[in-house]
Amino acid sequence: MPTVFTHEFNTPVYKGKVSFNTGLFINGQFVDGSDRTTIDVVNPTNGEVITSVSEGTPKDVDLAVDAAERAFETTWGLNCPGNKRGLLLNKLASLMEEHTEELAALEALDNGKAFNMARNGDLVLAIDCIRYYAGWSDKITGRVIETSEDKFNYTRHEPIGVVGQIIPWNFPLLMFVWKIGPALATGNTIVLKPSEFTPLTAIRMCQLVQEAGFPAGVLNVVTGYGNTVGNAIASHMRIHKVAFTGSTLVGRKVMEAAAKSNLKNITLELGGKSPNIIFDDADLEQAVNWAAFGIYFNHGQCCCAGSRIFVQEGVYDEFLKRFTEKSRSIKVGDPFAPDTFQGPQVSQIQYDRIMGYIDSGKKEGAKVHIGGERHGSDGYYIQPTIFTDSNPDMRIVQEEIFGPVSVVIKFKDEEDVVRQANDTLYGLAAAVFTKDMSRAITTAHKLKAGTLWVNCYNQLNSNVPFGGFKQSGMGRECGEYALNNYTEVKAVHVNLRMKM
Amino acid sequence: MAQTVRIEIPATGRVVEIPTGLFINNEFVSSVDSQERIEVINPATEETICSVVAGSKEDIDVAVAAARAAYSTTWGKNVTGFERSRLLNKLADLMERDMQVLAEVESLNNGKPVKIARDFDIGDSIQCLRYYAGWADKIVGQTIEVDNRTKMAFTRHEPIGVCGQIIPWNYPINMWAWKVAPALACGCTIVMKPSELTPLTALMLSKLIAEAGFPPGVVNTVPSLGPIGGAALSHHMDVDKVAFTGSTLTGRKIMEAAAKSNLKKACHIREVSLELGGKSPHIIFESANLDQAANWACLGILYNTGQDCTAGSRLYVQDTIYDKFLALLVDKAKQLVIGDGFDEKSGGGPVVSKAQYDKIWSYIESGKSHGARLVLGGEKRRGKGFFVDPTIFTDVTPDMRIVRDEIFGPVLSVGRFKTEEEAISLANDTSYGLGAGLHSTDANQCMRVSSALEAGTVWINQYNILGNNIPFGGKKQSGIGRELGSYALKEYTEVKAVHWNFGEQADWPL
Repeated sequence: MPTVFTHEFNTPVYKGKVSFNTGLFINGQFVDGSDRTTIDVVNPTNGEVITSVSEGTPKDVDLAVDAAERAFETTWGLNCPGNKRGLLLNKLASLMEEHTEELAALEALDNGKAFNMARNGDLVLAIDCIRYYAGWSDKITGRVIETSEDKFNYTRHEPIGVVGQIIPWNFPLLMFVWKIGPALATGNTIVLKPSEFTPLTAIRMCQLVQEAGFPAGVLNVVTGYGNTVGNAIASHMRIHKVAFTGSTLVGRKVMEAAAKSNLKNITLELGGKSPNIIFDDADLEQAVNWAAFGIYFNHGQCCCAGSRIFVQEGVYDEFLKRFTEKSRSIKVGDPFAPDTFQGPQVSQIQYDRIMGYIDSGKKEGAKVHIGGERHGSDGYYIQPTIFTDSNPDMRIVQEEIFGPVSVVIKFKDEEDVVRQANDTLYGLAAAVFTKDMSRAITTAHKLKAGTLWVNCYNQLNSNVPFGGFKQSGMGRECGEYALNNYTEVKAVHVNLRMKM
Repeated sequence: MAQTVRIEIPATGRVVEIPTGLFINNEFVSSVDSQERIEVINPATEETICSVVAGSKEDIDVAVAAARAAYSTTWGKNVTGFERSRLLNKLADLMERDMQVLAEVESLNNGKPVKIARDFDIGDSIQCLRYYAGWADKIVGQTIEVDNRTKMAFTRHEPIGVCGQIIPWNYPINMWAWKVAPALACGCTIVMKPSELTPLTALMLSKLIAEAGFPPGVVNTVPSLGPIGGAALSHHMDVDKVAFTGSTLTGRKIMEAAAKSNLKKACHIREVSLELGGKSPHIIFESANLDQAANWACLGILYNTGQDCTAGSRLYVQDTIYDKFLALLVDKAKQLVIGDGFDEKSGGGPVVSKAQYDKIWSYIESGKSHGARLVLGGEKRRGKGFFVDPTIFTDVTPDMRIVRDEIFGPVLSVGRFKTEEEAISLANDTSYGLGAGLHSTDANQCMRVSSALEAGTVWINQYNILGNNIPFGGKKQSGIGRELGSYALKEYTEVKAVHWNFGEQADWPL
């Protein structure tokens, strides 16, 4: 029998009890993995085990695909009209509203992000997202296309069928809804693998999905490791689309597996090394605040983190001074303390990787302006860290660190910074700070990134698309654009009076 | 300032509190300058249910001012799509909560059976609100490439502003939802004039608007007589758009008024919502499934007791199946029970008013006197209530009034045809163009005929079934513009093009 996770929260920001089954969710039931093994879920504030959850295997993926196929052919797909799908999604959103605090607490416990962030950021955006896609459910229209009076041509935007979804640990719940929202709205059934590091909110959401009334088999969640469950999904012959968010390294593997198996459709949302560009005429106070938000938000564990901060020479010293001050004021601490901004990194592995980059920065000759060390003695906390005096081929400038570590780089003029900013394999996001709107637009248009922020950072909306250029990925999530990831276009030609 | 009346619904014993004032700025108020009342009649018993305040021209001014103030402060561009969506969904929830009582009052006032009001009128209305709630945060414009080096352009789809909405009495709640939902989703504010025959549910729904949390002034409801309130709205210089559903006759007046006042969006042909009358043709080809076709044909003319703008009131049957089909049709039409809306057995209710009743009977008399043959109905009932039984005329000719004019009652004219061309020609021989139906199992014929029929909605092997996501409206004199679907959004948004120059230098002098 799967473990029942019971936990009492008694914290300054949240008091409450949770108790739920932590099995795999297949065909509307919570079940053990077929090998009856489990995965430990670790608390990143102290390295201790919170609970264990059932571990899925490739065989469980098969069972999930069976259930998803059956549901697609009977109770879901186009057998369930759009407005009904929308009703269920709206019901799910209402349940999420009812359980907001509980979900935020689970997220903070599992991932380490501050409870207040989870509650006022992640949960708000997530509920918004589900309601947004609920509204699309009955609006998936094709086109009628004029060719000649002898023919009637139209398109249908049909659901793909069983889709595989693999999500990361940095925004467990938000990534969960970004994936299931558009997929369910368009009529697909799902086999989803949450991150083995942060499965708790995904599993709790399965119960809400069940409570909302989605038919069995529409959503299936198989917790497990990337090289077993993730690989099984990416290679599955009966899954016709896989959507992956995670590292570029693993993204390649997913694409390879898709190509080698059944050429399934893929969308990838991968890493970034996003440039944050501050011109001389920027509102410096604001630029400093946004830059801090850009790198310390979610402890730097954001694919779109503004990790390369380019500052024009005229304001470089003043910016650095103020940014340093701001960085020192970041409250690092327990996720359940009321004033915490930055919690621990999510795992030992991530902690080691980030510290490894910090070491490489030191070794390659960059200067540690502040930070560069562990914060405290328990858990995976890292000090806000700023590097200066780097050069472009250093690892800390080229590679994604995924922690509260930024490199501040001086630049001369627009041409110089655009060249430097684009000098990366990635292309997820970028930001420009300036009071000159013309410059803002021309620079923004020259930067090779999927999201451009002008005088702000890390702004996301459920109805605005998000995704990367180059090795930051392919395809777009959010907005109407996400619907394209989950529909297949069929063109129908009806002969009215042509004779052969 | 609370203005309510308590009425008891005889059949159920339920006591309902109904607001009877004008709904302005989320409150029910008296008229500013008039003591007039509108008597609201129960068409099944001919008795007065209650009376409500009759709005005057000055009241319309007050309502428009309230709508304008809300538009400039708490609504319009000051409220996000997400918030509009949330409120519309909340309104849908409240309507669902009050479904049964709303259905009973709808039936009491309009006459339609309670179960039909609840499951169809109100059920569809709730879905309509939810459908447009889903659009509220999806009103997008375009970005348009001009010259990457110097300029870009984009469009904004902005709310039109203050909208006057005038709705009819045949589907009071459903017509209310069709108007209110897309207007609110797009960010417009509203002054609604419900029909003076059926104002009660509009007032009850106004109460739900306040309960849902819409800011004051976003929706205002002014029951009044057409020539007073309707005219005032159409002429008003501070109303940006008027949307009207009703007779073609009144539609013309609205359009004239709009043109003479501020060229409001009732005269740019593409922008107006005028949803007017119809004399919709319903064609039965020889390959049709006759039993099903007869069912649909009955639904087409008898649903809502024929008080439907798309009523399939002209039936054309191919001569090879004429006798067989007619027999089927008459037999099925006889099976409909027209009675009190609270009687479980009723499939249809009385017509809505004495005026309608008299008008329908004058058409029946005209049919008789011009030589059409009555195969069903034609006899007045005795006793109270505006009950008209299913009536079928055959041996009609195209110039008869019963074939040319919209009767708006359960009165069908049946003609015959030989060829497909003849059927199409007969069907299109009308100044209207709202709906049309055809029954055939020949797919190519279905495509050819649906293409040739001059109507805004064509049903193939079906009739009178609509969807909130499918547009609806008329060609020719049946109206302008489309309601429902994504198309309705166009009626309530105005496109602004923004040209953003960031590099183009102006030469001077030229």
